[in-house]
Amino acid sequence: MASAVFILDLKGKVLISRNYRGDVPMSAVEKFMPLVSEAEDEQVPLPCFTHEGINYLYIKHNNLYHYFKELEEESIRDNFVIVYELMDEMMDFGYPQTTETKILQEYVLRIHFTAWKCFLETQVRPPMAVTNAVSWRSEGIKYKKNEIFLDVIESVNLLVNSNGNVLRSEVLGSVKMRCYLSGMPELRLGLNDKVMFEATGRATSSSAKAIEMEDVKFHQCVRLSRFENDRTISFIPPDGDFELMSYRLQTSVKPLIWVEAVVENYAGSRVEYMVKAKAQFKRKSSANNVEIAIPVPDDADSPKFKCSSGSVSYKPEKSCLIWKIKQFQGGKEFIMRAHFGLPSVQAAEETEKKPPINISFEIPYFTVSGIQVRYLKIVEKSGYQALPWVRYITQNGDYQMRMPDSIKSGKPVPGY
Amino acid sequence: MNIASRPKFFTTNKRGENYELKAELNSEYRGVRKDAVKKVIANMTVGKDVSGLFPDVLKNMHTEDLELKKLVYLYLMNYAKTQPELVILAVNTFVMDTNDANPLIRALAIRTMGCLRVEKIIDYLTEPLRKCLKDDNPYVRKTACLCVAKLYDLNPELALESGFVDSLKEMVSDINPMVVANAVVALSDINEASPGQEVFRVTGATLNKLLHALNECTEWGQISILTALADYKAGDIKEAEAICDRVLPRLQHANGSVVLSAIKVLMINMRLVKDANFNKNLVKKMAPPLVTLLAGPPEVQYVALRNINLILQRRSDVLSNEMRVFFCKYNDPPYVKMEKLEIMIRLCNERNVDQLLSELKEYASEVDVDFVRKSVRAIGRCAIKIEEASERCINVLLDLINTGINYVVQEAIVVIKDIFRKYPRKYEGIIPTLCENLDALDEPMAKASLIWIIGEYANHIDNADELLNGFLENFKEENAQVQLQLITATVKLFLKKPNENQEIVQQVLQTATTDCENPDIRDRAYVYWRLLSTDPQAAKNVVLSDKPPIEDEDTGVSSALLDDLIYHIGSLASVYHKPPEAFIGGKRYGADNVQKAAAEHAEEEDINAPPPQIQAAIKSNDIGNLLDLDWDAPAATESPSTSSKQPSAQDDLQDLFSSGPAQPQQTSPNPKSKANASDIMDLFGSAPAPQAAPQQPAFQQPTQSSHSPQQQPQQDLFGGDLLFDSQPAAQPNPAQQQKQKQPEKDPFADLF
Repeated sequence: MASAVFILDLKGKVLISRNYRGDVPMSAVEKFMPLVSEAEDEQVPLPCFTHEGINYLYIKHNNLYHYFKELEEESIRDNFVIVYELMDEMMDFGYPQTTETKILQEYVLRIHFTAWKCFLETQVRPPMAVTNAVSWRSEGIKYKKNEIFLDVIESVNLLVNSNGNVLRSEVLGSVKMRCYLSGMPELRLGLNDKVMFEATGRATSSSAKAIEMEDVKFHQCVRLSRFENDRTISFIPPDGDFELMSYRLQTSVKPLIWVEAVVENYAGSRVEYMVKAKAQFKRKSSANNVEIAIPVPDDADSPKFKCSSGSVSYKPEKSCLIWKIKQFQGGKEFIMRAHFGLPSVQAAEETEKKPPINISFEIPYFTVSGIQVRYLKIVEKSGYQALPWVRYITQNGDYQMRMPDSIKSGKPVPGY
Repeated sequence: MNIASRPKFFTTNKRGENYELKAELNSEYRGVRKDAVKKVIANMTVGKDVSGLFPDVLKNMHTEDLELKKLVYLYLMNYAKTQPELVILAVNTFVMDTNDANPLIRALAIRTMGCLRVEKIIDYLTEPLRKCLKDDNPYVRKTACLCVAKLYDLNPELALESGFVDSLKEMVSDINPMVVANAVVALSDINEASPGQEVFRVTGATLNKLLHALNECTEWGQISILTALADYKAGDIKEAEAICDRVLPRLQHANGSVVLSAIKVLMINMRLVKDANFNKNLVKKMAPPLVTLLAGPPEVQYVALRNINLILQRRSDVLSNEMRVFFCKYNDPPYVKMEKLEIMIRLCNERNVDQLLSELKEYASEVDVDFVRKSVRAIGRCAIKIEEASERCINVLLDLINTGINYVVQEAIVVIKDIFRKYPRKYEGIIPTLCENLDALDEPMAKASLIWIIGEYANHIDNADELLNGFLENFKEENAQVQLQLITATVKLFLKKPNENQEIVQQVLQTATTDCENPDIRDRAYVYWRLLSTDPQAAKNVVLSDKPPIEDEDTGVSSALLDDLIYHIGSLASVYHKPPEAFIGGKRYGADNVQKAAAEHAEEEDINAPPPQIQAAIKSNDIGNLLDLDWDAPAATESPSTSSKQPSAQDDLQDLFSSGPAQPQQTSPNPKSKANASDIMDLFGSAPAPQAAPQQPAFQQPTQSSHSPQQQPQQDLFGGDLLFDSQPAAQPNPAQQQKQKQPEKDPFADLF
């Protein structure tokens, strides 16, 4: 339970606060910033710490996509009334109550709506949803055209060490929905889930490949006990956008985009890069907006690039060069060379930073896991027909390859 | 929201602002009054005192405009305490609002009344509360549930006598799952507020209702129900299994806190289940959700990692194949990296140690010095944990030493010292390499470690005397830790090669006893001196005895504390690895009581009450923690030297040399006397292996006194006050006296 919640600006000044229990002095927040900066000086600062019997937990947030779309100092100041209301509805006596944004939006906004029009006939009531068994959907939703969109998005996390060995390769998948359905529809989603196929004896007969998800997480609308029993994903969806489920699996497939870098460092004069990028997926797919960020020394200057495809730019503020390839077809391989000057007098730093190569990309109509939506059944008592639309996309997650040690090429050649 | 079109409430800042506001609050136009209330709230938000407007704001409370009403309520909650007399004026409207046709207003009123925290209005609260608890609308009922907890916080007797607590108990069976959840929350809150008297307890009958509500209520409701379930003791194995089965699906919930709460209930009930397969299956199912938590934001990862650390201490089989998941990423924040390292060491075994070593070597080349040091230390811990891998670890450490990076080299030497302690005489071959780096050492720990190695292996190092002499040149300038090691190492050198090293040992003992102001150093030197002069054989037995092997520095929390912490998985206690009493400033640490509490705390310290950590440690029977504290610095003279038995002498040595915190695992029946007796016993106690009696070298007593050499030291040590008598020039040194008065923490325990 929480005694109080504060929203602070960067300097630790309180923008807005709510004291839920009155059991800690509100002045305790004044000690917060000094304590954090003290921790930063002396040791590793932790996201939670205790001081004189009061426990501080904090997160740093730049933009919080929720009620306000983007949370900024300004928006808090200008909307303090709503912020107070939200704080009141979300937590009571320090215990979280409702954090479902859809619902909060609905009744906090509705209050304002009526307030705006200065007394309409209808009075605001708490949405049934707040206390219903279906706390995430209100009744009486109506659409002319009943539609539902599914996005299956897979993010690939990859960690490769400097010798080119894959240390970790996992896929974080997510099934997102945009749901424009009337009434209280009952939905059932069928996937090519290996566990279910085996349970129903379909494993042997099915021609389609089944996938094995290591861990599945569901939005609170999904009946978990039903899933535990027979792996059926059944639910009454919230209205609008939401993430229905996420899953995780380890993969042993080849990393989709593979990058090899050879660095030759002529201390005190120049550093040269030879980078090879390979698309290791089927030819019929292609990756879009591929960006390969290669770290370079902080003090590098006068860049020169040459590449067989795409474009290269130097980002001194990030100490890296970025190689962009608009479209990268499966099976292709490209090469890029870069050349930087180095100052002849070097700072006597003991260790150089070794940031990894970061790669970002998007491959549409493709999933690494091979997940497939087999069906989405929609049943509503009014009996309407609704069409589901499905899209697949694979993108990078934390996709890192550690830089190999640079080849140290002796002393600077005089007059070079 | 269209921000731009909305009026700015923070901009007005003229003189007599409150006066203007007062006028506006009393305006005949509704719009003006409402904007005025908003300005008041805006001022309140930025910390300006607007309590003077209390009566004027209050006048706007009775309104149909819900937004305005909310604002006034908000104002009331903030200033009710400053104007308790005037709050009474609001009571009427409150009571009316709890009868409003709109359930939102009824709930709002009862929620706000509970938040006012003014004694005077409590009596007016009971009737509306009673009604709201029976309200048709579940939203009102669930709000009323929490209001009971608020009331109990202010006036427990009233809450009990008026039957509100009993109503709550009935509401655990409410048809609405959200109401059930809030009833459980309120009862648990009340329970916590009144230790000793069990207000609420989950029984076999309520158990089923809770398990049922679990499937239907919101995520936060699920967490509170799971928390309540954790306190339920299953009657038999079957029930425990049933609970596990019902809770298991929660592992698939998207909310990490639900997942951790479910794991807590599983961990607790698993202990009752005897069926190994059942448990194995549970363990298998717990692993994937734990790994998934690591895909969250860093703060969530940190909480997950701290909990995983605890879970692994109880069930080392969870995640046994998942070490790679914990490999550090370049952009992980430092606190995540540090925790990942801990867990990797826990998961490290013969099969995966090579992978881990190559990772650790990689980390050792990063720029974050703390992380690098910890990685180097981790290599040593692998060596100590897995004997088969120790040689590979040593090789990695040697590679790191060859990088020549100063702090890496120093940390590696500290670590190698530990490996030498664990595997004596196995890796002597690398000593020359270590000695090559002698000049690079500037940190006391590293110096002391290398000196210890030189002393320990003096007979294998041809130029040991030269090396030690190198250090001895600056003996007086060295850190106390280094000085102590130098004395010991020199004595070892002398005992091993008596013939050529008389001079050096005399010189060091002489310097230590005459030129050092630190009593610990002088004492140590005197003890050796006396040992050498009276019975060199005994000296040999003591100083050159076999040291007990060391264990990994962090074996985790004590098993009693672990039991306690398992019950707190997913809460702060599981993040701190401390029982809640250790960090919650006493229950009901009310804002008004803060200063009082601070004053009391000061008094407590005066009467020497054990600090809270100790109380907590005593409570949880956490001897490890007790040993960790410097609170009760052992007075060496009190040591019961009669009990100098072999095992305790071993322990003592361990204390002497073990680095880091004392090991909680080795709980001795009498921890305090152990700590006390330890170091002295190490020095005086009989040593184990009786070795062949060496030739006694002619040992000359230094000529600082004219007394007979055989007698003098004895007198010095046992006759009079060692510290004063032995000081040849007994000049009163204030700094020194101060040191003696306040015995600092056990000097020996920190030696290594």
